[in-house]
Amino acid sequence: MARKLSMKDAINEAIDQEMRRDPTVIVMGEDIVGGTGSPGEADAWGGVLGVTKGLFAKHGDRLMDTPLSESAYVGAAIGAATCGLRPIAELMFIDFMGVCLDQIYNQAAKFRYMFGGKAETPVVIRAMCGAGFRAAAQHSQMLTPIFTHIPGLKVVCPSNAYDAKGLLIQSIRDNDPVIFLEHKNLYGQESDVPEESYAIPFAEANVIREGKHATVVTYGQTVQRSVDAASLLAKEGIDCEVIDLRTLSPIDMDTVIESVEGTGRLICVDEANPRCSIASDISAMVAQEAFDALKAPIRMVTAPHTPVPFSPALEDLYVPSVEAIAAAVRKTVGAQHRVM
Amino acid sequence: MNQSITPLVMPKWGLSMKEGTLSAWHVEEGQTITPGQEIMDVETDKIANAVEAAEGGLLRRRIGEIGQIYPVKALLGVLAPAEVSDAEIDAYVAAFEVPVVNEVDEDQEPSYLTAETARGRLRYAHRPGRGNPIVLIHGFGGDLNNWLFNIDAIADAGPVYALDLPGHGGSTKAIADPGLDVLADAVRQFLEALGLQDVNLVGHSMGGAVAATVALRGRGLARSLTLISSLGLGEEINSAYIDGFVAAESRRELKPVLKELFAEENLVSRQMIDDLLKFKRLDGVKEALRGLADAMFKDGKQTRSLVHELQAIPIPIQIVWGAQDAIIPAAHAKALPRAKVEIVEGAGHMVMMEAAGRVNQAIAGIERGLAL
Repeated sequence: MARKLSMKDAINEAIDQEMRRDPTVIVMGEDIVGGTGSPGEADAWGGVLGVTKGLFAKHGDRLMDTPLSESAYVGAAIGAATCGLRPIAELMFIDFMGVCLDQIYNQAAKFRYMFGGKAETPVVIRAMCGAGFRAAAQHSQMLTPIFTHIPGLKVVCPSNAYDAKGLLIQSIRDNDPVIFLEHKNLYGQESDVPEESYAIPFAEANVIREGKHATVVTYGQTVQRSVDAASLLAKEGIDCEVIDLRTLSPIDMDTVIESVEGTGRLICVDEANPRCSIASDISAMVAQEAFDALKAPIRMVTAPHTPVPFSPALEDLYVPSVEAIAAAVRKTVGAQHRVM
Repeated sequence: MNQSITPLVMPKWGLSMKEGTLSAWHVEEGQTITPGQEIMDVETDKIANAVEAAEGGLLRRRIGEIGQIYPVKALLGVLAPAEVSDAEIDAYVAAFEVPVVNEVDEDQEPSYLTAETARGRLRYAHRPGRGNPIVLIHGFGGDLNNWLFNIDAIADAGPVYALDLPGHGGSTKAIADPGLDVLADAVRQFLEALGLQDVNLVGHSMGGAVAATVALRGRGLARSLTLISSLGLGEEINSAYIDGFVAAESRRELKPVLKELFAEENLVSRQMIDDLLKFKRLDGVKEALRGLADAMFKDGKQTRSLVHELQAIPIPIQIVWGAQDAIIPAAHAKALPRAKVEIVEGAGHMVMMEAAGRVNQAIAGIERGLAL
């Protein structure tokens, strides 16, 4: 039965339920237990922001604190995955992916292809992403496009607690490497979450709001901001459809294109930097597949092409705001119609 | 207060409804309304539907304005005979107070209850009332919320219980040896756990066959049987619908399937699709649905007919069907010569949603007939 749960607790519950269901699920990462082998480990901190708190007490040494050596334990998780386990490796911040990137993009992502489909790598790499947490340039990035670019990786970025639980369960059950990105600003987001286990299939975008004048496509933290912008615009008589992609690879372009065919206008909202982003990717695919449906130029609302600033005032300006999204929609809807 | 004045109010559809938008009036002031007539359209964030008059009378005043949002039980119109003066109606409107809808903490969901049985945990909803109980059993892939237009309206005739069958809604999902007998046994255990007997059993679609089986096997449990668009009265069933429903994993796959359930396709709301997808994603649901479908409607044919047994059972039976039913043909309504039959034009398989007023009258009517 459904009850309200925060995204943080929903992620914890997903890991807990899958560990109960499947003995091959293990968890490893820096401080995920919070002091294995030391007194008080059973109620230790459990991750930087406490997402894995309490799991060690339930599942014991299937959770392992690792040394500060990302390339070692991410490599170990990938190796264990090829040998029959379903490891979840937690990397704290996506920003640290650089130090173990070879293991991910040149090893895990390639095995299925290089061994003729005979090797599977059912590993999940969890990491916090995104800005708005006053954590500065090296702990705030939205690196979704980097992983989406690499064939062989699946990339998930939930916007709410219900989706986080179902998508993480699907990620753990999936037989390919999954990069599971948790926006740290959303850990406190609450929604109705069933107590039972459930899996949300990949490449199934969620149409959060139906509308006829413009399609806003987004994911992660900017989903709620886009919904708020749509509510604002509704009072001005502009009716927006809002699509939460949920997974970036594989991606549900059918839902996006079907929507654009209905509205004729597309606004892509992406917290990532603008060049080679999810926003530019979707814009290109819609321009190619649904150009005839477009009544106005596609518009992108993204972070600027700079690192995330440490100044709180500047950081607040960095992430696409409700007002910036609303302004982009107004501009698109007001744009002169293309001469047919 | 003039007793001959009858208020028309904003209905309450389901637990979470607090307000609704009046989207259209279908009747004019000065017009005489008959019970069951569609009088207005109401929209909530979950569903949009026509409101049918529970009682007839002369519409003296339209108070609800189109496009406005009103709380549940707010006064939208006034019925009164011609001899009631305008002044009396003015006084009635001025004095009308919106009854307080019992404030429930949504997080607690107190209106959902559970019964522990040997067939697992069964979720149910209850509306208190006086008289013999009315037990509502949903169909394949449904849940107790299929009765959202009925559960409150029929509580005048008796206490109402609507349960989720095993594999459905908030009940235990795993079903050992899925089939009609297991579902009927679960309902029997549910009645036993709650100490209910001599009940009016109401079943929709697969739930109709379940209700009939309970009545046939457990003498004394049922005092009447209302079968709505029911399984078990003929051979045909739309297997494309069943397979499509079981297989659908996305909104785009599920929406066209659900449209087959209704004569008025617009009743398939975004919220309805979302709720069903959330149910279908739960672990164990797909296996439960596949198991039930294979046991009860294999290869596009219903596997068991209850017609012969139902001819002989010594309790009143009524059959209600939507004339435009695209899942089980309405012709099956005539399979049981002894039953009272009501075919509702303009309604599909989900007749209790599309023509709630007619179905509510039938359900309340059979209990009132017995209570006389």
